[in-house]
Amino acid sequence: MLQTIRERKSLQLLGLMLPGGFWLILFFALPLALIFAISFMSRDDLSRPALPLTLANYQQTFDPLYINLFLFSVGLSLLTTLITLLIAFPVALFMARLPKRWRNIMTLLVMIPFWTNFLVRTYALQFLMRANGPINTLLLSVGLIDEPAQMLSTPFAVLVGLVYGELPFMILPLYTSLEKFDWSMIEAAQDLGANALKTLAHVMLPLTAPGILAGSILVFVPSVGSYITVELMGGGKINMIGRVIAQQFGQSSNWPFGSAISLLLMIVVTLAALVYFRIGRGERGAV
Amino acid sequence: MSSETSTTIVVMGDREEIFPQEPAERPRLRPGRLALVSITLLTFAFLYVPIAILVVFSFNDARTGAVWQGFTLDWYARLFRNERLLDAALRSLIIASVSTAGSVVIGTMTALGMERYRFRSKTFWDGLLYMPVIVPEIVAGVSLLLFFAAASIERGFLTLAVSHIAFSMPFVYLTVRARLADFDLSIEEAAKDLGADEWVTFRRVTLPLLMPGIVSGALLAFTLSVDDFIISFFVTGRGWDTLPIYIWSALKRGVTPEVNAVSAMLLLFSATLVVASLILQRRRAY
Repeated sequence: MLQTIRERKSLQLLGLMLPGGFWLILFFALPLALIFAISFMSRDDLSRPALPLTLANYQQTFDPLYINLFLFSVGLSLLTTLITLLIAFPVALFMARLPKRWRNIMTLLVMIPFWTNFLVRTYALQFLMRANGPINTLLLSVGLIDEPAQMLSTPFAVLVGLVYGELPFMILPLYTSLEKFDWSMIEAAQDLGANALKTLAHVMLPLTAPGILAGSILVFVPSVGSYITVELMGGGKINMIGRVIAQQFGQSSNWPFGSAISLLLMIVVTLAALVYFRIGRGERGAV
Repeated sequence: MSSETSTTIVVMGDREEIFPQEPAERPRLRPGRLALVSITLLTFAFLYVPIAILVVFSFNDARTGAVWQGFTLDWYARLFRNERLLDAALRSLIIASVSTAGSVVIGTMTALGMERYRFRSKTFWDGLLYMPVIVPEIVAGVSLLLFFAAASIERGFLTLAVSHIAFSMPFVYLTVRARLADFDLSIEEAAKDLGADEWVTFRRVTLPLLMPGIVSGALLAFTLSVDDFIISFFVTGRGWDTLPIYIWSALKRGVTPEVNAVSAMLLLFSATLVVASLILQRRRAY
Protein backbone atom coordinates (compact mmCIF):
# COMPACT_ATOMS: atom_id res chain seq x y z
CA MET A 1 0.00 0.00 0.00
CA LEU A 2 2.77 2.41 1.02
CA GLN A 3 4.67 1.47 -2.11
CA THR A 4 1.71 2.27 -4.36
CA ILE A 5 1.18 5.68 -2.72
CA ARG A 6 4.82 6.49 -3.30
CA GLU A 7 4.60 5.29 -6.89
CA ARG A 8 1.51 7.36 -7.47
CA LYS A 9 3.22 10.41 -6.00
CA SER A 10 6.21 10.08 -8.30
CA LEU A 11 3.92 9.53 -11.28
CA GLN A 12 2.06 12.72 -10.36
CA LEU A 13 5.33 14.58 -10.03
CA LEU A 14 6.49 13.32 -13.40
CA GLY A 15 3.23 14.43 -14.98
CA LEU A 16 3.47 17.88 -13.40
CA MET A 17 7.10 18.53 -14.35
CA LEU A 18 7.11 16.95 -17.80
CA PRO A 19 5.49 19.76 -19.84
CA GLY A 20 7.65 22.51 -18.29
CA GLY A 21 10.81 20.47 -18.62
CA PHE A 22 9.98 19.54 -22.18
CA TRP A 23 9.31 23.15 -23.12
CA LEU A 24 12.40 24.68 -21.51
CA ILE A 25 14.74 21.98 -22.75
CA LEU A 26 13.35 22.01 -26.28
CA PHE A 27 13.01 25.78 -26.67
CA PHE A 28 15.79 27.10 -24.44
CA ALA A 29 18.50 24.54 -23.71
CA LEU A 30 18.56 22.77 -27.07
CA PRO A 31 18.73 26.01 -29.14
CA LEU A 32 21.65 27.14 -26.96
CA ALA A 33 23.40 23.83 -27.62
CA LEU A 34 22.79 24.46 -31.31
CA ILE A 35 24.50 27.86 -31.04
CA PHE A 36 27.50 26.07 -29.58
CA ALA A 37 27.57 23.54 -32.44
CA ILE A 38 27.07 26.06 -35.23
CA SER A 39 29.78 28.36 -33.87
CA PHE A 40 32.29 25.72 -35.02
CA MET A 41 30.87 25.42 -38.54
CA SER A 42 31.72 27.13 -41.80
CA ARG A 43 29.39 28.40 -44.53
CA ASP A 44 28.39 26.93 -47.89
CA ASP A 45 27.83 28.86 -51.13
CA LEU A 46 24.38 30.01 -49.98
CA SER A 47 25.89 31.23 -46.65
CA ARG A 48 24.15 28.43 -44.79
CA PRO A 49 26.05 26.82 -41.90
CA ALA A 50 27.92 23.80 -43.23
CA LEU A 51 30.78 21.41 -42.53
CA PRO A 52 33.77 21.24 -42.19
CA LEU A 53 34.22 22.19 -38.58
CA THR A 54 36.50 25.16 -38.05
CA LEU A 55 37.88 27.51 -35.43
CA ALA A 56 37.87 30.40 -37.89
CA ASN A 57 34.83 32.03 -36.28
CA TYR A 58 36.59 32.27 -32.95
CA GLN A 59 39.81 33.42 -34.60
CA GLN A 60 37.77 36.23 -36.17
CA THR A 61 36.58 37.35 -32.74
CA PHE A 62 40.21 38.00 -31.78
CA ASP A 63 40.32 40.80 -34.34
CA PRO A 64 41.00 44.03 -32.37
CA LEU A 65 37.70 45.32 -33.76
CA TYR A 66 35.76 42.67 -31.86
CA ILE A 67 37.97 42.70 -28.77
CA ASN A 68 37.31 46.43 -28.48
CA LEU A 69 33.62 45.80 -29.06
CA PHE A 70 33.54 43.35 -26.16
CA LEU A 71 35.52 45.65 -23.90
CA PHE A 72 33.26 48.58 -24.79
CA SER A 73 30.07 46.58 -24.21
CA VAL A 74 31.23 45.14 -20.91
CA GLY A 75 32.62 48.50 -19.77
CA LEU A 76 29.48 50.42 -20.65
CA SER A 77 27.33 47.77 -18.96
CA LEU A 78 29.44 47.88 -15.78
CA LEU A 79 29.14 51.66 -15.81
CA THR A 80 25.37 51.33 -16.27
CA THR A 81 25.24 48.93 -13.33
CA LEU A 82 27.26 51.30 -11.13
CA ILE A 83 25.20 54.38 -12.04
CA THR A 84 21.86 52.61 -11.57
CA LEU A 85 23.14 51.34 -8.20
CA LEU A 86 24.16 54.84 -7.11
CA ILE A 87 20.76 56.26 -8.12
CA ALA A 88 18.65 53.34 -6.95
CA PHE A 89 20.17 52.93 -3.48
CA PRO A 90 19.00 56.28 -2.05
CA VAL A 91 15.63 55.87 -3.80
CA ALA A 92 15.12 52.39 -2.34
CA LEU A 93 16.32 53.64 1.06
CA PHE A 94 13.80 56.48 0.99
CA MET A 95 11.01 54.16 -0.17
CA ALA A 96 11.73 51.60 2.54
CA ARG A 97 11.36 54.25 5.28
CA LEU A 98 7.96 55.48 4.09
CA PRO A 99 4.67 54.56 5.79
CA LYS A 100 3.13 51.40 4.36
CA ARG A 101 0.48 53.09 2.20
CA TRP A 102 3.08 55.26 0.47
CA ARG A 103 5.44 52.34 0.09
CA ASN A 104 2.75 50.48 -1.85
CA ILE A 105 2.11 53.43 -4.16
CA MET A 106 5.83 53.93 -4.81
CA THR A 107 6.32 50.20 -5.47
CA LEU A 108 3.53 50.36 -8.03
CA LEU A 109 5.23 53.36 -9.67
CA VAL A 110 8.45 51.33 -10.01
CA MET A 111 6.62 48.21 -11.16
CA ILE A 112 4.87 49.94 -14.07
CA PRO A 113 8.05 50.76 -16.02
CA PHE A 114 9.47 47.40 -14.86
CA TRP A 115 6.81 45.52 -16.82
CA THR A 116 5.74 47.89 -19.60
CA ASN A 117 7.05 47.91 -23.12
CA PHE A 118 10.83 48.38 -23.18
CA LEU A 119 10.86 49.36 -26.85
CA VAL A 120 8.27 52.09 -26.35
CA ARG A 121 9.98 53.41 -23.21
CA THR A 122 13.33 53.64 -25.00
CA TYR A 123 11.65 55.28 -27.96
CA ALA A 124 10.09 57.86 -25.59
CA LEU A 125 13.57 58.79 -24.35
CA GLN A 126 14.92 58.92 -27.90
CA PHE A 127 12.03 61.14 -28.97
CA LEU A 128 12.83 63.49 -26.10
CA MET A 129 16.52 63.73 -27.07
CA ARG A 130 16.11 64.08 -30.86
CA ALA A 131 17.65 67.01 -32.74
CA ASN A 132 14.11 68.35 -33.31
CA GLY A 133 12.77 66.87 -30.09
CA PRO A 134 11.21 68.60 -27.08
CA ILE A 135 14.49 69.25 -25.21
CA ASN A 136 16.15 71.00 -28.15
CA THR A 137 12.96 72.87 -29.03
CA LEU A 138 12.71 74.14 -25.48
CA LEU A 139 16.37 75.13 -25.22
CA LEU A 140 16.25 76.89 -28.61
CA SER A 141 13.10 78.80 -27.77
CA VAL A 142 14.46 80.15 -24.48
CA GLY A 143 17.69 81.01 -26.28
CA LEU A 144 20.04 78.84 -24.25
CA ILE A 145 21.45 77.33 -27.44
CA ASP A 146 21.64 78.62 -31.02
CA GLU A 147 21.44 75.35 -32.86
CA PRO A 148 20.08 71.93 -31.84
CA ALA A 149 22.44 69.98 -29.60
CA GLN A 150 23.42 66.58 -30.98
CA MET A 151 22.52 64.32 -28.07
CA LEU A 152 21.79 61.03 -29.84
CA SER A 153 24.26 58.73 -31.62
CA THR A 154 26.88 59.08 -28.89
CA PRO A 155 28.13 56.59 -26.30
CA PHE A 156 26.63 58.94 -23.71
CA ALA A 157 23.17 58.62 -25.30
CA VAL A 158 23.44 54.83 -25.14
CA LEU A 159 24.51 55.06 -21.49
CA VAL A 160 21.55 57.31 -20.65
CA GLY A 161 19.26 54.91 -22.52
CA LEU A 162 20.58 51.90 -20.63
CA VAL A 163 20.30 53.63 -17.25
CA TYR A 164 16.79 54.77 -18.11
CA GLY A 165 15.72 51.33 -19.27
CA GLU A 166 17.30 49.31 -16.47
CA LEU A 167 16.77 51.57 -13.46
CA PRO A 168 13.54 49.87 -12.29
CA PHE A 169 15.37 46.52 -12.33
CA MET A 170 17.84 47.90 -9.77
CA ILE A 171 15.35 49.76 -7.57
CA LEU A 172 13.04 46.78 -6.97
CA PRO A 173 15.49 44.20 -5.60
CA LEU A 174 17.25 46.89 -3.51
CA TYR A 175 13.93 48.02 -2.11
CA THR A 176 12.97 44.43 -1.31
CA SER A 177 16.10 43.88 0.75
CA LEU A 178 15.99 47.32 2.40
CA GLU A 179 12.35 46.84 3.34
CA LYS A 180 13.32 43.82 5.43
CA PHE A 181 16.25 45.69 6.94
CA ASP A 182 16.38 45.81 10.71
CA TRP A 183 16.90 49.50 11.46
CA SER A 184 17.97 48.82 15.03
CA MET A 185 21.26 47.64 13.53
CA ILE A 186 21.99 51.26 12.59
CA GLU A 187 21.19 52.32 16.09
CA ALA A 188 23.53 49.67 17.47
CA ALA A 189 26.34 50.76 15.15
CA GLN A 190 25.93 54.39 16.11
CA ASP A 191 25.73 53.57 19.80
CA LEU A 192 29.05 51.82 19.36
CA GLY A 193 30.47 55.04 17.93
CA ALA A 194 30.38 54.45 14.19
CA ASN A 195 29.88 57.54 12.03
CA ALA A 196 27.45 57.65 9.08
CA LEU A 197 30.04 56.49 6.54
CA LYS A 198 31.20 53.60 8.69
CA THR A 199 27.60 52.60 9.38
CA LEU A 200 26.89 52.55 5.66
CA ALA A 201 30.04 50.61 4.78
CA HIS A 202 30.05 48.08 7.62
CA VAL A 203 26.37 47.62 8.43
CA MET A 204 24.04 48.64 5.62
CA LEU A 205 26.00 47.48 2.59
CA PRO A 206 26.86 43.98 3.88
CA LEU A 207 23.32 43.38 5.08
CA THR A 208 21.75 44.57 1.82
CA ALA A 209 24.34 42.78 -0.35
CA PRO A 210 21.85 40.17 -1.66
CA GLY A 211 19.65 42.96 -3.04
CA ILE A 212 22.63 44.80 -4.52
CA LEU A 213 23.85 41.62 -6.19
CA ALA A 214 20.43 40.67 -7.55
CA GLY A 215 19.91 44.18 -8.90
CA SER A 216 23.37 44.24 -10.46
CA ILE A 217 22.82 40.98 -12.31
CA LEU A 218 19.36 42.10 -13.46
CA VAL A 219 20.90 45.28 -14.88
CA PHE A 220 24.21 43.95 -16.19
CA VAL A 221 22.85 40.98 -18.18
CA PRO A 222 20.31 42.86 -20.34
CA SER A 223 22.75 45.79 -20.75
CA VAL A 224 25.61 43.71 -22.07
CA GLY A 225 23.31 42.03 -24.59
CA SER A 226 21.21 45.09 -25.36
CA TYR A 227 19.98 45.65 -28.88
CA ILE A 228 17.01 48.05 -28.79
CA THR A 229 18.86 50.70 -26.76
CA VAL A 230 22.03 50.67 -28.91
CA GLU A 231 19.99 50.76 -32.08
CA LEU A 232 17.66 53.61 -31.01
CA MET A 233 20.03 55.74 -28.93
CA GLY A 234 23.22 54.96 -30.88
CA GLY A 235 21.65 55.85 -34.21
CA GLY A 236 23.71 53.26 -36.08
CA LYS A 237 26.96 54.93 -34.98
CA ILE A 238 27.58 53.03 -31.77
CA ASN A 239 28.07 49.30 -31.74
CA MET A 240 27.66 46.75 -28.98
CA ILE A 241 27.71 42.94 -28.83
CA GLY A 242 23.94 42.57 -29.12
CA ARG A 243 23.79 44.70 -32.25
CA VAL A 244 26.64 42.76 -33.91
CA ILE A 245 24.85 39.47 -33.18
CA ALA A 246 21.66 40.84 -34.73
CA GLN A 247 23.63 41.97 -37.80
CA GLN A 248 25.23 38.54 -38.29
CA PHE A 249 21.80 36.94 -38.24
CA GLY A 250 20.33 39.71 -40.36
CA GLN A 251 22.02 41.44 -43.29
CA SER A 252 25.42 39.74 -42.99
CA SER A 253 23.86 36.31 -42.83
CA ASN A 254 26.90 34.83 -41.13
CA TRP A 255 25.25 32.51 -38.65
CA PRO A 256 28.40 30.63 -37.58
CA PHE A 257 30.19 33.87 -36.67
CA GLY A 258 27.04 35.25 -35.02
CA SER A 259 26.86 32.01 -33.00
CA ALA A 260 30.48 32.36 -31.91
CA ILE A 261 29.84 35.90 -30.62
CA SER A 262 26.62 34.75 -28.93
CA LEU A 263 28.55 32.01 -27.19
CA LEU A 264 31.18 34.48 -25.96
CA LEU A 265 28.37 36.71 -24.71
CA MET A 266 26.88 33.72 -22.89
CA ILE A 267 30.28 33.15 -21.25
CA VAL A 268 30.39 36.78 -20.03
CA VAL A 269 26.85 36.47 -18.67
CA THR A 270 27.55 33.10 -17.04
CA LEU A 271 30.64 34.52 -15.34
CA ALA A 272 28.51 37.35 -13.96
CA ALA A 273 25.93 34.82 -12.75
CA LEU A 274 28.68 32.72 -11.13
CA VAL A 275 30.02 35.76 -9.26
CA TYR A 276 26.46 36.38 -8.12
CA PHE A 277 25.90 32.86 -6.82
CA ARG A 278 29.38 32.66 -5.24
CA ILE A 279 29.14 35.89 -3.31
CA GLY A 280 25.46 35.28 -2.67
CA ARG A 281 26.22 31.96 -1.01
CA GLY A 282 29.13 33.41 0.94
CA GLU A 283 26.87 36.12 2.31
CA ARG A 284 24.22 33.69 3.41
CA GLY A 285 26.88 31.61 5.16
CA ALA A 286 28.25 34.64 6.97
CA VAL A 287 24.96 35.95 8.35
CA MET B 1 7.95 49.36 11.72
CA SER B 2 5.43 51.67 10.13
CA SER B 3 3.00 51.23 13.01
CA GLU B 4 5.33 52.87 15.48
CA THR B 5 6.25 55.83 13.30
CA SER B 6 3.98 58.81 13.28
CA THR B 7 3.53 60.72 10.06
CA THR B 8 3.64 64.40 9.35
CA ILE B 9 2.11 66.01 6.32
CA VAL B 10 4.39 68.59 4.79
CA VAL B 11 2.53 70.85 2.41
CA MET B 12 4.61 72.00 -0.51
CA GLY B 13 2.56 74.26 -2.76
CA ASP B 14 -0.62 72.39 -3.54
CA ARG B 15 0.82 68.89 -3.22
CA GLU B 16 1.38 66.88 -0.13
CA GLU B 17 4.33 64.70 0.71
CA ILE B 18 4.19 62.36 3.62
CA PHE B 19 7.36 61.53 5.46
CA PRO B 20 7.74 59.22 8.37
CA GLN B 21 8.81 61.17 11.39
CA GLU B 22 11.10 59.25 13.66
CA PRO B 23 10.77 59.57 17.40
CA ALA B 24 13.52 61.79 18.76
CA GLU B 25 15.71 58.98 20.06
CA ARG B 26 15.74 57.22 16.69
CA PRO B 27 19.07 57.50 14.88
CA ARG B 28 19.04 60.07 12.10
CA LEU B 29 19.93 58.79 8.68
CA ARG B 30 22.68 60.71 6.98
CA PRO B 31 23.05 61.95 4.21
CA GLY B 32 20.02 63.93 5.23
CA ARG B 33 16.44 63.23 4.39
CA LEU B 34 16.23 66.24 2.08
CA ALA B 35 18.87 64.72 -0.20
CA LEU B 36 16.98 61.41 -0.25
CA VAL B 37 13.71 63.16 -1.11
CA SER B 38 15.28 65.13 -3.95
CA ILE B 39 17.04 62.11 -5.44
CA THR B 40 13.82 60.10 -5.27
CA LEU B 41 11.70 62.83 -6.87
CA LEU B 42 14.29 63.39 -9.62
CA THR B 43 14.49 59.65 -10.30
CA PHE B 44 10.75 59.29 -10.66
CA ALA B 45 10.69 62.36 -12.88
CA PHE B 46 13.44 60.78 -15.00
CA LEU B 47 11.38 57.57 -15.28
CA TYR B 48 8.05 59.21 -16.10
CA VAL B 49 8.75 62.50 -17.90
CA PRO B 50 9.80 60.93 -21.24
CA ILE B 51 6.66 58.77 -21.24
CA ALA B 52 4.45 61.73 -20.30
CA ILE B 53 5.94 63.88 -23.05
CA LEU B 54 5.43 61.13 -25.61
CA VAL B 55 1.78 60.89 -24.61
CA VAL B 56 1.36 64.68 -24.74
CA PHE B 57 2.88 64.87 -28.22
CA SER B 58 0.61 62.12 -29.49
CA PHE B 59 -2.10 64.81 -29.25
CA ASN B 60 0.01 67.45 -31.03
CA ASP B 61 -1.44 68.83 -34.24
CA ALA B 62 1.86 68.79 -36.16
CA ARG B 63 3.36 66.31 -38.58
CA THR B 64 6.99 66.88 -37.51
CA GLY B 65 8.93 68.68 -34.84
CA ALA B 66 8.21 69.21 -31.19
CA VAL B 67 6.53 72.59 -31.22
CA TRP B 68 3.05 72.47 -29.75
CA GLN B 69 0.55 73.33 -32.49
CA GLY B 70 -2.69 72.55 -30.73
CA PHE B 71 -4.69 69.56 -29.58
CA THR B 72 -5.87 66.89 -31.99
CA LEU B 73 -7.21 63.36 -31.86
CA ASP B 74 -6.41 62.93 -35.52
CA TRP B 75 -3.45 60.55 -34.98
CA TYR B 76 -5.62 58.25 -32.92
CA ALA B 77 -8.35 58.37 -35.57
CA ARG B 78 -5.76 57.39 -38.17
CA LEU B 79 -4.65 54.39 -36.11
CA PHE B 80 -8.09 52.91 -36.40
CA ARG B 81 -8.05 53.30 -40.18
CA ASN B 82 -4.55 51.84 -40.57
CA GLU B 83 -5.17 48.25 -41.74
CA ARG B 84 -1.56 47.09 -41.39
CA LEU B 85 -1.38 48.34 -37.83
CA LEU B 86 -4.74 46.85 -36.87
CA ASP B 87 -3.67 43.50 -38.35
CA ALA B 88 -0.43 43.61 -36.37
CA ALA B 89 -2.34 44.42 -33.17
CA LEU B 90 -4.76 41.56 -33.82
CA ARG B 91 -1.86 39.16 -34.38
CA SER B 92 -0.28 40.33 -31.11
CA LEU B 93 -3.52 39.62 -29.26
CA ILE B 94 -3.86 36.17 -30.82
CA ILE B 95 -0.28 35.22 -29.97
CA ALA B 96 -0.62 36.64 -26.44
CA SER B 97 -3.83 34.67 -25.81
CA VAL B 98 -2.32 31.38 -26.96
CA SER B 99 0.92 32.05 -25.11
CA THR B 100 -0.92 33.00 -21.91
CA ALA B 101 -3.09 29.88 -22.00
CA GLY B 102 -0.05 27.67 -22.56
CA SER B 103 2.21 29.30 -20.01
CA VAL B 104 -0.52 29.38 -17.34
CA VAL B 105 -1.15 25.63 -17.61
CA ILE B 106 2.52 24.67 -17.79
CA GLY B 107 3.67 27.25 -15.22
CA THR B 108 1.03 26.22 -12.69
CA MET B 109 1.85 22.54 -13.10
CA THR B 110 5.56 23.23 -12.62
CA ALA B 111 4.85 25.36 -9.54
CA LEU B 112 2.78 22.53 -8.01
CA GLY B 113 5.54 20.03 -8.74
CA MET B 114 8.31 22.22 -7.33
CA GLU B 115 6.43 23.33 -4.20
CA ARG B 116 4.50 20.21 -3.23
CA TYR B 117 6.98 17.40 -3.88
CA ARG B 118 10.40 16.53 -2.62
CA PHE B 119 12.89 15.25 -5.15
CA ARG B 120 16.60 15.25 -5.77
CA SER B 121 16.93 17.08 -9.09
CA LYS B 122 15.43 20.33 -7.76
CA THR B 123 18.63 22.35 -8.23
CA PHE B 124 18.69 21.35 -11.89
CA TRP B 125 15.08 22.50 -12.29
CA ASP B 126 15.80 25.76 -10.51
CA GLY B 127 18.59 26.39 -12.99
CA LEU B 128 16.39 25.49 -15.95
CA LEU B 129 13.62 27.79 -14.75
CA TYR B 130 16.08 30.65 -14.25
CA MET B 131 17.43 30.37 -17.78
CA PRO B 132 15.04 32.92 -19.29
CA VAL B 133 16.30 35.43 -16.70
CA ILE B 134 19.99 34.78 -17.34
CA VAL B 135 20.07 34.25 -21.12
CA PRO B 136 20.13 37.63 -22.90
CA GLU B 137 17.05 38.06 -25.08
CA ILE B 138 19.10 38.53 -28.21
CA VAL B 139 20.80 35.16 -27.68
CA ALA B 140 17.47 33.47 -26.93
CA GLY B 141 16.09 35.00 -30.14
CA VAL B 142 18.87 33.96 -32.48
CA SER B 143 19.19 30.51 -30.92
CA LEU B 144 15.47 29.90 -31.53
CA LEU B 145 15.93 31.13 -35.10
CA LEU B 146 18.74 28.58 -35.59
CA PHE B 147 16.67 25.87 -33.96
CA PHE B 148 13.60 26.44 -36.15
CA ALA B 149 15.78 26.68 -39.24
CA ALA B 150 17.61 23.46 -38.36
CA ALA B 151 14.31 21.66 -37.70
CA SER B 152 12.89 23.08 -40.97
CA ILE B 153 9.92 24.55 -39.15
CA GLU B 154 8.38 27.40 -41.10
CA ARG B 155 8.45 30.59 -39.06
CA GLY B 156 5.13 32.22 -38.24
CA PHE B 157 2.28 31.67 -35.81
CA LEU B 158 3.53 28.38 -34.41
CA THR B 159 7.12 29.49 -33.79
CA LEU B 160 5.94 32.74 -32.19
CA ALA B 161 3.51 30.90 -29.90
CA VAL B 162 5.95 28.25 -28.63
CA SER B 163 8.71 30.83 -28.08
CA HIS B 164 6.40 33.15 -26.16
CA ILE B 165 5.29 30.25 -23.96
CA ALA B 166 8.96 29.42 -23.31
CA PHE B 167 9.86 32.88 -21.97
CA SER B 168 6.54 33.62 -20.19
CA MET B 169 6.09 30.30 -18.43
CA PRO B 170 8.82 30.86 -15.77
CA PHE B 171 7.11 34.10 -14.70
CA VAL B 172 3.76 32.36 -14.24
CA TYR B 173 5.63 29.64 -12.35
CA LEU B 174 7.20 32.18 -9.96
CA THR B 175 3.90 33.99 -9.31
CA VAL B 176 1.92 30.81 -8.67
CA ARG B 177 4.68 29.28 -6.56
CA ALA B 178 4.77 32.38 -4.34
CA ARG B 179 1.06 31.90 -3.69
CA LEU B 180 1.47 28.16 -3.08
CA ALA B 181 4.14 28.91 -0.48
CA ASP B 182 1.55 30.91 1.54
CA PHE B 183 -0.97 28.13 1.23
CA ASP B 184 -2.64 26.79 4.37
CA LEU B 185 -2.42 23.01 3.93
CA SER B 186 -4.95 22.33 6.70
CA ILE B 187 -7.74 23.49 4.34
CA GLU B 188 -6.88 20.67 1.96
CA GLU B 189 -6.73 18.22 4.82
CA ALA B 190 -10.18 19.34 5.96
CA ALA B 191 -11.53 18.67 2.46
CA LYS B 192 -10.01 15.19 2.49
CA ASP B 193 -11.39 14.50 5.97
CA LEU B 194 -14.80 15.41 4.61
CA GLY B 195 -14.39 12.68 2.02
CA ALA B 196 -13.14 14.53 -1.04
CA ASP B 197 -10.68 12.56 -3.13
CA GLU B 198 -7.46 14.10 -4.41
CA TRP B 199 -8.89 15.36 -7.67
CA VAL B 200 -12.01 16.87 -6.07
CA THR B 201 -9.82 18.55 -3.43
CA PHE B 202 -7.69 20.03 -6.17
CA ARG B 203 -10.62 21.20 -8.29
CA ARG B 204 -12.79 22.52 -5.46
CA VAL B 205 -10.24 23.74 -2.90
CA THR B 206 -6.69 24.16 -4.17
CA LEU B 207 -7.43 25.63 -7.58
CA PRO B 208 -9.94 28.29 -6.41
CA LEU B 209 -7.52 29.41 -3.68
CA LEU B 210 -4.67 29.59 -6.18
CA MET B 211 -6.80 31.54 -8.65
CA PRO B 212 -5.59 35.05 -7.75
CA GLY B 213 -1.98 33.90 -8.25
CA ILE B 214 -2.86 32.20 -11.52
CA VAL B 215 -4.78 35.20 -12.87
CA SER B 216 -1.99 37.52 -11.79
CA GLY B 217 0.57 35.28 -13.54
CA ALA B 218 -1.67 35.18 -16.62
CA LEU B 219 -1.81 38.98 -16.78
CA LEU B 220 1.98 39.15 -16.60
CA ALA B 221 2.34 36.49 -19.28
CA PHE B 222 -0.06 38.44 -21.49
CA THR B 223 1.91 41.68 -21.01
CA LEU B 224 5.23 39.96 -21.65
CA SER B 225 3.92 38.50 -24.87
CA VAL B 226 2.28 41.68 -26.18
CA ASP B 227 5.41 43.70 -25.34
CA ASP B 228 8.05 41.32 -26.65
CA PHE B 229 10.05 42.63 -29.55
CA ILE B 230 13.49 40.99 -29.74
CA ILE B 231 12.56 37.31 -29.61
CA SER B 232 9.51 37.84 -31.84
CA PHE B 233 11.67 39.72 -34.34
CA PHE B 234 13.81 36.59 -34.89
CA VAL B 235 11.16 33.89 -34.76
CA THR B 236 8.44 35.56 -36.79
CA GLY B 237 7.82 34.79 -40.44
CA ARG B 238 6.12 36.29 -43.45
CA GLY B 239 2.76 37.80 -42.58
CA TRP B 240 3.19 37.45 -38.83
CA ASP B 241 4.55 40.84 -37.78
CA THR B 242 3.35 41.66 -34.27
CA LEU B 243 2.59 45.16 -32.97
CA PRO B 244 6.08 45.84 -31.50
CA ILE B 245 7.61 44.69 -34.81
CA TYR B 246 5.29 47.07 -36.64
CA ILE B 247 6.33 49.91 -34.31
CA TRP B 248 10.00 49.03 -34.81
CA SER B 249 9.78 49.17 -38.60
CA ALA B 250 7.76 52.39 -38.39
CA LEU B 251 10.54 53.87 -36.24
CA LYS B 252 13.12 52.72 -38.78
CA ARG B 253 11.17 54.42 -41.60
CA GLY B 254 11.06 57.69 -39.66
CA VAL B 255 8.77 58.79 -36.89
CA THR B 256 5.26 59.97 -37.49
CA PRO B 257 2.94 61.20 -34.73
CA GLU B 258 0.98 58.02 -35.41
CA VAL B 259 3.83 56.04 -33.83
CA ASN B 260 3.52 58.23 -30.73
CA ALA B 261 -0.20 57.49 -30.59
CA VAL B 262 0.17 53.73 -30.93
CA SER B 263 3.02 53.76 -28.39
CA ALA B 264 0.89 55.69 -25.92
CA MET B 265 -1.93 53.18 -26.32
CA LEU B 266 0.39 50.21 -25.88
CA LEU B 267 1.84 51.77 -22.70
CA LEU B 268 -1.62 52.38 -21.29
CA PHE B 269 -2.65 48.83 -22.14
CA SER B 270 0.28 47.10 -20.45
CA ALA B 271 0.27 49.49 -17.46
CA THR B 272 -3.38 48.56 -16.86
CA LEU B 273 -2.59 44.84 -16.94
CA VAL B 274 0.37 45.30 -14.58
CA VAL B 275 -1.66 47.27 -12.05
CA ALA B 276 -4.41 44.64 -12.19
CA SER B 277 -1.87 41.87 -11.71
CA LEU B 278 -0.25 43.59 -8.73
CA ILE B 279 -3.57 44.27 -7.04
CA LEU B 280 -4.40 40.56 -7.36
CA GLN B 281 -1.02 39.56 -5.96
CA ARG B 282 -1.59 41.71 -2.88
CA ARG B 283 -4.74 39.81 -1.97
CA ARG B 284 -3.92 37.45 0.84
CA ALA B 285 -4.40 33.71 0.56
CA TYR B 286 -6.67 32.47 3.34
